[in-house]
Amino acid sequence: MLRIPCPICGLRDETEFSYGGDASVKRPAMAETDPKAWMDYVFYRGNPRGRHLEYWHHVQGCRQWLVVERDTVSHVISGCRLAREVSP
Amino acid sequence: MTASRLPTGGRIDRSKPLSVTFDGRPIDAFAGDSLASALLANDEILVGRSFKYHRPRGVFSAGVEEPNALVHLRTGGRHEPNARATMVEAFDGLVANAQNAWPSVRLDVRAANQLLAPFIGAGFYYKTFIGPFRGTRFWMFCERFIRRAAGMGSPGTLEDPDRYETVNLFCDVLVVGGGPAGLSAALAAGRAGAQVVLVEQDAQLGGALLSAPIGDPSDAWLEAIRSELSAMSNVRVLTRATVFGAYDHDVYGVVERVWDHVAAAPEGQPRQRFAVVRTKRTVMATGAIERPLVFGGNDRPGVMLAGAVRSYVNRYAVLPGRHMVVATNNDSAYATARDLAAAGADVTLVDARQTVPDELASQSRAEGVDLRPGCAVLSAKGRGRVAGAVIAPVSEEGRATAPGKTIACDLIAVSGGWSPTLHLWSQRQQKPVFDAEKACFVPAGDTVPTMTCAGDARAAGGLATAIADGFAAGENAVIATGATNAAGHVPEAPEPWPGDDWTRGIAPLWTVTRADGKPAGKAFVDLQNDVTTSDIDLAHREGYQAVEHLKRYTTTGMATDQGKLSNVNALARMAQLRDAEIADVGTTTFRPPYTPITIGALAGNETGHHFRATRLTTIDEWHREHGAVMTEAGAWLRPWYYPEAGEDVRAAYVREAAHVRQHVGIVDVSTLGKIAVQGPDAAEFLNRIYINGWKTLPVGRLRYGVMLREDGFVFDDGATARLGEHDYFMSTTTANAAPVLAFAERLLQTAWTDLEVHVTSITDQWAAIAVAGPKARDLLATVVGDADLSREALPNNHFTHGRISGVEVRVHRMSYSGELAYEIYVPALFGRAVWEALIAAGGPFNLKPYGTEAMGALRVEKGHVAGPELEGRTTLNDLRLEGFASTKKPFVGSVLRNRPALTDADRPTLVGLEIDGEVGALPGSLLFAAAGPTEGRGEGWVSSTTYSPALGRNIAMGLLKNGPSRMGETVRVVDFVGDRTLKATVVSHHFFDPEGERQNA
Repeated sequence: MLRIPCPICGLRDETEFSYGGDASVKRPAMAETDPKAWMDYVFYRGNPRGRHLEYWHHVQGCRQWLVVERDTVSHVISGCRLAREVSP
Repeated sequence: MTASRLPTGGRIDRSKPLSVTFDGRPIDAFAGDSLASALLANDEILVGRSFKYHRPRGVFSAGVEEPNALVHLRTGGRHEPNARATMVEAFDGLVANAQNAWPSVRLDVRAANQLLAPFIGAGFYYKTFIGPFRGTRFWMFCERFIRRAAGMGSPGTLEDPDRYETVNLFCDVLVVGGGPAGLSAALAAGRAGAQVVLVEQDAQLGGALLSAPIGDPSDAWLEAIRSELSAMSNVRVLTRATVFGAYDHDVYGVVERVWDHVAAAPEGQPRQRFAVVRTKRTVMATGAIERPLVFGGNDRPGVMLAGAVRSYVNRYAVLPGRHMVVATNNDSAYATARDLAAAGADVTLVDARQTVPDELASQSRAEGVDLRPGCAVLSAKGRGRVAGAVIAPVSEEGRATAPGKTIACDLIAVSGGWSPTLHLWSQRQQKPVFDAEKACFVPAGDTVPTMTCAGDARAAGGLATAIADGFAAGENAVIATGATNAAGHVPEAPEPWPGDDWTRGIAPLWTVTRADGKPAGKAFVDLQNDVTTSDIDLAHREGYQAVEHLKRYTTTGMATDQGKLSNVNALARMAQLRDAEIADVGTTTFRPPYTPITIGALAGNETGHHFRATRLTTIDEWHREHGAVMTEAGAWLRPWYYPEAGEDVRAAYVREAAHVRQHVGIVDVSTLGKIAVQGPDAAEFLNRIYINGWKTLPVGRLRYGVMLREDGFVFDDGATARLGEHDYFMSTTTANAAPVLAFAERLLQTAWTDLEVHVTSITDQWAAIAVAGPKARDLLATVVGDADLSREALPNNHFTHGRISGVEVRVHRMSYSGELAYEIYVPALFGRAVWEALIAAGGPFNLKPYGTEAMGALRVEKGHVAGPELEGRTTLNDLRLEGFASTKKPFVGSVLRNRPALTDADRPTLVGLEIDGEVGALPGSLLFAAAGPTEGRGEGWVSSTTYSPALGRNIAMGLLKNGPSRMGETVRVVDFVGDRTLKATVVSHHFFDPEGERQNA
């Protein structure tokens, strides 16, 4: 079980969170009309081996969306910040 | 009698005899016995039948690795299959029975399976999928036979009467294993002031020391450490507890068998307790498991592990035979030979090594042991139990170099070396490496730096080494956690027993064969799964040579064995066949649980109604008091219908729905999701998340909205009211309340961080009551104070504040039923008071409550979409909602909803269906054209269905290819499950009052 260091609540169990996928993708601006930009945002993912930035939602806690840096091989978490404080 | 209880000695309490039965026969047992030791003491040698061939099997080990002595334990609701007799503590009233045998373990008719052995070797089951019998009636016949024959014990069918509980533990250092290394590690960490949890699966601390004769020097050592540990308040010792899983981030699963060692737990006490342990550092002092030797007939009852035999003699005072052959390739079995000789058995010790350490040789000869270096057991003789051993001189590869000679014996104790118990270590993604010198897999490096193996678990060496190694591991673990006290010195190790260092001078002996390289008879590498060397050979011949393929093809190391006994011998055989090193063959992946655990322990108290929380509205009790039949809506319980005398669900909902259209009805809609959307940019936020426009909605008004997912499919719908300048009240469907909130939070926190908006769930803060029907306004006028509800003052899609029985409420005028209707929002705690005030005022208007079924009937009559249509695969166009979508602004999903596949004109589109006849359509039925084949997925499906009292017929909503252009066409509605075909006419889904005149009354 992963333990995620929520900046608001401290070190908490994975079971309090829900996974939100790749956090390195940037949502296009609302005015964007190119379907390719939206396809990239919604569907295409890198699936890297190693360092991965990913969203976790502290849904059973402070309800903050977090950007967690996790190694997809070792599951070591090396960083966790509030998503709103990470410039996308 | 050959196996018997010794008159003295052992760690049992002869003053406490216990009443135990096996297969109905009384078994003499004492406190301190295991079920296995009691069985042996009573000369119950044949205790089980093997998995596939139903060969007779006896107790093989004295621990968790037991492959044979799996029994049915207890009766009634406490019945438990596959209990390892070696791990079951004897208790007064213990009832055990043999399993996997009929009519009895002594006479098992399925032993005839052995005759089929040539046909049911490795992979036989997979082979039934191919070849001449595939798909035939004969195969189906065999399949039935295979399924019935498979499996070991039978599960219970009664409800478990026991309690289980779940706890969380936090510590600095977790020590797994209470043997010499683990005790020393806990001592070091405890002295240094760390919070320590020490977990031992046995009832007693001591590990291998418990197998030493009573009075051994190690007894005093053990007692000193035990008492020092028990005096430390920062050390928590869990015995009868197993660490079954090692998980990421230093989380461990532990099951403590709190009251498994008695007939029934004391009142109010849990039988087992599941602990989730979160630790900073872990010392794996998990010891090692002895390896069997592979030779012909090595599965006969009476062949046992040498270390286990020593346990039975010294710990349980059981002499499992009189005439013993001890076979080994390493030093460790010499202690067994010594202790057996001391207990009065005559012992022949065959050591496959050509040269034997001098001091061991002279010592054992002095004790009367007949030592034969350079020899091995070629095969075991006897039916039902061992009667003799064929002994032959062997080469280094284990081939007999001369014909064997049979010597009579009633027990063969074997030691093929030891395997460090690396299951837990390996569960954390680590692969052990093979150490050729010590002939075992050892942990390689600390790729998980928070976890260290100590003692036998890393093949450190003998007793003194294990103690020093454990102590150092404990000290190092503590340094990492910041404790500052000194750990002091390593406790002086006791005088060891002969051959305590099994890593020294071991000579690998993987299979003992005749001179021609073949075993003399069936030679098992996996006793539990009936895998023989010839199965490994077959797998090799047929190409299943990779270790993970080998495991699956032969089933070696599966079930409760999990590679404990079988792994290395199977790998070694494959390495021989491939002419490779064991290190290159590798080992399989270990996964939790290390030993079987009960589902009950994992579930804890979360069973039945406690499995998950049930959500109740604040009006719930009224519904039950008034006879409502409840239904589940997600986690919520809602009134389904309120039956009047003798009514079934259909009669009740038809009456309730008709009543709403004729008079007035009241329904509890508190379960609707409610979200407060607040802040200066709230309107902009709504404008982005909904497909329709929100910038122009004035305070005091509400509006229906639809939202899409990012991928352009429909997500949810609901009405949102503007309560103030920057204050909106959003409602969602009951099912999507949580996902919509999470999605809104995601957008605001990850993408639209420039918007000043807060979203807050207020579902539980507000009760909601819908009042619907032609008399709704007249009724409310009598009960709502401080508000003007007149047609002019409160048109549709407006709301006003008011007061009912002194409670401030908000009255939204909006309609789901299509009638003149209001939704009344009430602070949750006053929900029931307001509901009852409405009921009281409703008498003159013939007000009646209605449930979700009638609500559904009313909305289908109106053609409103709900859950069955908002099912994640439908688009705005599919649901004929595209007219709501703004063309002037972008919104979530506005680009991707125009993908070609989502705008294909051929897509099934929402229609109404008038069903012919008295029988309604079932949701999920497929739609087919009136003429043509009834094949494939059809042209659409039925989503919602009801009997319409307003129309006096069965109607349905569905999605049909090119639906809008097919009005008036007859289609077939096919229910493949019930094998029924109905006819229906395609109509508009706005069945009733399409102009909406009634709701605007």
